[in-house]
Amino acid sequence: MKLEYEKLFEQEVEALIEEIHTQYGYDFSGYARASVYRRIKRFLGQKHLQSVDALREKLFSDSFFFENFLQEVTVNVTEMFRDPTFFLSLRENVLPILSTYPFIKIWDAGCSTGEELFSLAILLEEEGLLGRTKIYATDINQKVLMQAKEGIFSASNMAAYTSAYYAAGGKREFSSYYTSNYGSVKFSSQLVKNVVFYPHNLATDSSFNEFHLIICRNVLIYFNRQLQDRVLRLFDESLVSLGYLGLGKKETLIMSSISGNYVAVDKNNRIYRKTN
Amino acid sequence: MEPRLKLVAIGGSWGGIKASLSILEGLPADYSIPILLVLHRLRNQEGNLQELLDKKLRLRVLEVEDKEPLLPGHVYLAPSNYHVLIERDHTCSLDDSELENYSRPAIDVTFTSAADVFAENTVGVLLSGASKDGSSGLSYIFDNGGIAIAQDPAEAEVAVMPQAAIDRVPGCKVMNVARIKEFLLSLHEH
Repeated sequence: MKLEYEKLFEQEVEALIEEIHTQYGYDFSGYARASVYRRIKRFLGQKHLQSVDALREKLFSDSFFFENFLQEVTVNVTEMFRDPTFFLSLRENVLPILSTYPFIKIWDAGCSTGEELFSLAILLEEEGLLGRTKIYATDINQKVLMQAKEGIFSASNMAAYTSAYYAAGGKREFSSYYTSNYGSVKFSSQLVKNVVFYPHNLATDSSFNEFHLIICRNVLIYFNRQLQDRVLRLFDESLVSLGYLGLGKKETLIMSSISGNYVAVDKNNRIYRKTN
Repeated sequence: MEPRLKLVAIGGSWGGIKASLSILEGLPADYSIPILLVLHRLRNQEGNLQELLDKKLRLRVLEVEDKEPLLPGHVYLAPSNYHVLIERDHTCSLDDSELENYSRPAIDVTFTSAADVFAENTVGVLLSGASKDGSSGLSYIFDNGGIAIAQDPAEAEVAVMPQAAIDRVPGCKVMNVARIKEFLLSLHEH
């Protein structure tokens, strides 16, 4: 695609974003553009659509097609114990403090297909906290939430997940958490029996509870600075005093309007604690 | 009139660290064009590549943080396990979507994004590597008026990557690292 086409494409996408907001209520205006453009190009290719116009027509005549679009344009790639040191640090620096509360509430924001959620639940189980923890797992996407609830993942990733689990300080046989079947594994539903799954749109929805820990990893990277700031303020409102916030390895709250209320508990692993 | 900001995007895989080091060692601390370096790396590994490069170069080397602005005098290293995209305001966005060419970071992703933003002010350099990642991005840079450079395959530790680029972009400049260094120096504005 030559740049004249690129400019035209970008203009068409901008118009489409506005129209999606009006028609479906999903607001992508604060999404980082480089990724949105790339995801839409990829989606056009997948669906053999020749133009944004052709996409537009399908999106507004078929709500199932829109669901599919939503799932493909937002990134749902995830893995278990991604950045094992993050989970190790949660285990060593955060969970011991959380264990002093009689009841623990955690928000896994942008939980996608659940790999991170199950990693977290395993950690809590091994630290003896799962029984008195309630996790709210949210995502913009209904479909991935249903997948997350199932806890069924491809067996082909299990070797990598197993070594990540041990790197994260895993204490048991990793295979004791799941059963294998026809190329996939199913994690024990006991792990998520205290989990509430429901759709939440970080771009538009508000705070809905108070939490001791909020985990939102590799979600902010898809937003522009303004939307990142909105979401971080939303987290700030949703954290108890002295609550913890865990971000992705390359995400930070340093540039945000809430940075003054937080100290880094583990700078490298982007784990912050609210100071007031 | 303020000159339009340029970008040098360098990609490499096997042998790419060594080649990029010998190029970048020759550039001054105040080099006027930001440099974005995408090297294939092992996943989930705590690399000290940033520290290593930062020690050896006069330029300041940073591993890209999300929404990092691209500034002269800096080398921005793509972090492992993320693609690096460039926004219209010359900041970097990270992306952890699917691997491309079995890689994340993928050179194609960054080169393409660079050309979308910097257009004819993009310089793409593809170095030694055992993968074909980067050639489609280099072609995109070239087609949009940017400068496409491939390391001379005869010199490259592994010729696959630069050779794929030459096959894909017949108009690209083929140079050894010494020439690439001179060329980048010639772009430097005091």
